[in-house]
Amino acid sequence: MTFWTPDPTFYPSPRDAASAPEEKLAYVAAFDRAAARPDALAVIDTDPSSPAYGTVVGWTDLPGTGDELHHFGWNACSSALCPNAPHPHVERRYLVVPGLRSSRIHIYDTKDRLSPELVKVVDAEELARRAGYSRPHTVHCGPEGLYVSALGGADGRDGPGGIAVLDHTSFEVVGQWELDRGPQYLAYDFWWHINQDVMITSEWGTPSMVEDGVVGELLLGRKYGHKLHFWDLRKRTHLQEADLGDAHQMPLELRPAHDPTRLYGFVGVVTSVEDLSASVWVWFHEDGRWQVRKVISIPAEPADPDLLPPVLKPFGAVPPLVTDIALSVDDTRLYVSCWGTGELKQYDVSDPYQPVELGSLRVGGIVRRAPHPAEPSLPLAGGPQMVEVSRDGRRVYLTNSLYGSWDDQFYPDGVGAWMAKIDAESFTFDTRFFPHGDAFRGLRPHQVRLQGGDASSDSYCFP
Amino acid sequence: MTLAAVLLLGAFHGLNPAMGWLFAVARGLQERSIDRLLQSIPMIALGHLASVALVALVVAATGSVVTGTVLAVGGGVVLVAFGLWRLLSKRHFRWVGMRLSLWQLTCWSFLMSSAHGAGLMLIPVFTGLRTEGHPGHAVSGGLGVALYHTLAMFAVAGTVAVVVYKVAGLTVLRRAWVNVDRMWAVALVAAGAVTLVSAV
Repeated sequence: MTFWTPDPTFYPSPRDAASAPEEKLAYVAAFDRAAARPDALAVIDTDPSSPAYGTVVGWTDLPGTGDELHHFGWNACSSALCPNAPHPHVERRYLVVPGLRSSRIHIYDTKDRLSPELVKVVDAEELARRAGYSRPHTVHCGPEGLYVSALGGADGRDGPGGIAVLDHTSFEVVGQWELDRGPQYLAYDFWWHINQDVMITSEWGTPSMVEDGVVGELLLGRKYGHKLHFWDLRKRTHLQEADLGDAHQMPLELRPAHDPTRLYGFVGVVTSVEDLSASVWVWFHEDGRWQVRKVISIPAEPADPDLLPPVLKPFGAVPPLVTDIALSVDDTRLYVSCWGTGELKQYDVSDPYQPVELGSLRVGGIVRRAPHPAEPSLPLAGGPQMVEVSRDGRRVYLTNSLYGSWDDQFYPDGVGAWMAKIDAESFTFDTRFFPHGDAFRGLRPHQVRLQGGDASSDSYCFP
Repeated sequence: MTLAAVLLLGAFHGLNPAMGWLFAVARGLQERSIDRLLQSIPMIALGHLASVALVALVVAATGSVVTGTVLAVGGGVVLVAFGLWRLLSKRHFRWVGMRLSLWQLTCWSFLMSSAHGAGLMLIPVFTGLRTEGHPGHAVSGGLGVALYHTLAMFAVAGTVAVVVYKVAGLTVLRRAWVNVDRMWAVALVAAGAVTLVSAV
């Protein structure tokens, strides 16, 4: 479908996007850990004036089982306005929903309906044959098509992971993105500095390293990822790697500045094997090369070993486990999820090299089990995990599940299922918004995508 | 009359954000430098000129070996076919990369204009030149038409780019960027049809 004027959800600049209307719906990926029932897309009413506010109003089961939905993205976004290959009259309409375990990629139509409708499935075989990858993860709409990162190789190969390109109208797998991957082997997240033709990728582990849970020997042996990779987006070649040091295991989510004239971004690191602390690093370009610097360090919290799951008993402490971060569209606020300790931190990052902590909220946590203020008597498992910010920066959404097998290790008595909404200004929970427990029908909620776009969905070519 | 049409088409191309002024604005904004914007516009116009002139030369060369009627019919068929393809195809121009040198920008503009069929719309004018005079006239006349066309494009694109950069801002794009590609595709088909009808 082509429009006569640009899709109204496309904004030339992050400044324009900040004036976007409030989202009325949130799409949440939810998965069945047992892989007995289909995973689903749950649709939550986020309109405070609606009688159904804060409840699940739409639900679409996936066609198969065992997908393990994780991250997903839109077919089109504000990068369609980029002047080098503009196509502003396409529609932001389809959700591209990879199954991280099944390697199937599902395309869902969201237009004029509450519950998304399946329009296409790209099967694992096509992804393997055309791109040489499996375990698709992050989706970004960009120049030339849809980019989908993948953790694993194909045909029984564990790696390398990398990026596949999908056609953004037919959704067919076009091929492998990398022409020269240099030393890169591990993959996880990616994004870009679109006006500088630079791509950044991060490292988690190959399927064998993550699918059955975190492997203690690998972690203590510092075998999980600890580097960022910088690429020429145009030539598809590896430019440089930046090593955080092998003590800093698992740099995951990448949040480059939305302002296309700025060359920095943030990455969260799950844990340090030296002291179980978590950290946030900033990358920047200086003296002709990409550099990284630790700007936030969050210490582990000592705890009674009796209260800890087996994986943590030897340490006598709860690691914060920074598993997701979110940067507001105006690049002034950074939200950091501490999934282990059950804390969401808010930082002023107007100066990215000197973050200032503004606030902290406690919910869930391996030991703390802090309740949500909407139900103060209900101890919560899981912690702030996926975090998403509205385009105007005023609302923050959280879900509590990390990844099936890892949930089970860190929350062995059950991770539960809950979603929360936070007012960014007062930094308090919205007590009217707390879908939890049976609302998710036994599934675990993961990434949230907001209707019309959010802080991690769009890239902009104009400052 | 013909010259007016040539200039108007040039102005139309100049107005289309996809044909270059928007890229010039982006380059200016990226460096916060209007100089960079002003350097970009002539390079974009040069690429446009090359694209249109190429069509003029192809028409002139073809015209020197076939009759005027064959040329007009062939040109009309090309126009209708290309217009229909533009109208029905979902594919759009693809190009990865925002950091271009000025010469790369010219190449980009050449490709963008060519993919858009910028020069094709002038086929009726070019074929008209062939039927009016001898082949040499067709070459020089065709290049002259391409030059006038590009000057109009250059003037409009430059003006729009400066006004958007200095005064209007880009928010206007969200409403004002009408789907000229679709209008253009219809116009190509119409121009081809007219050429065909007047040829037979």
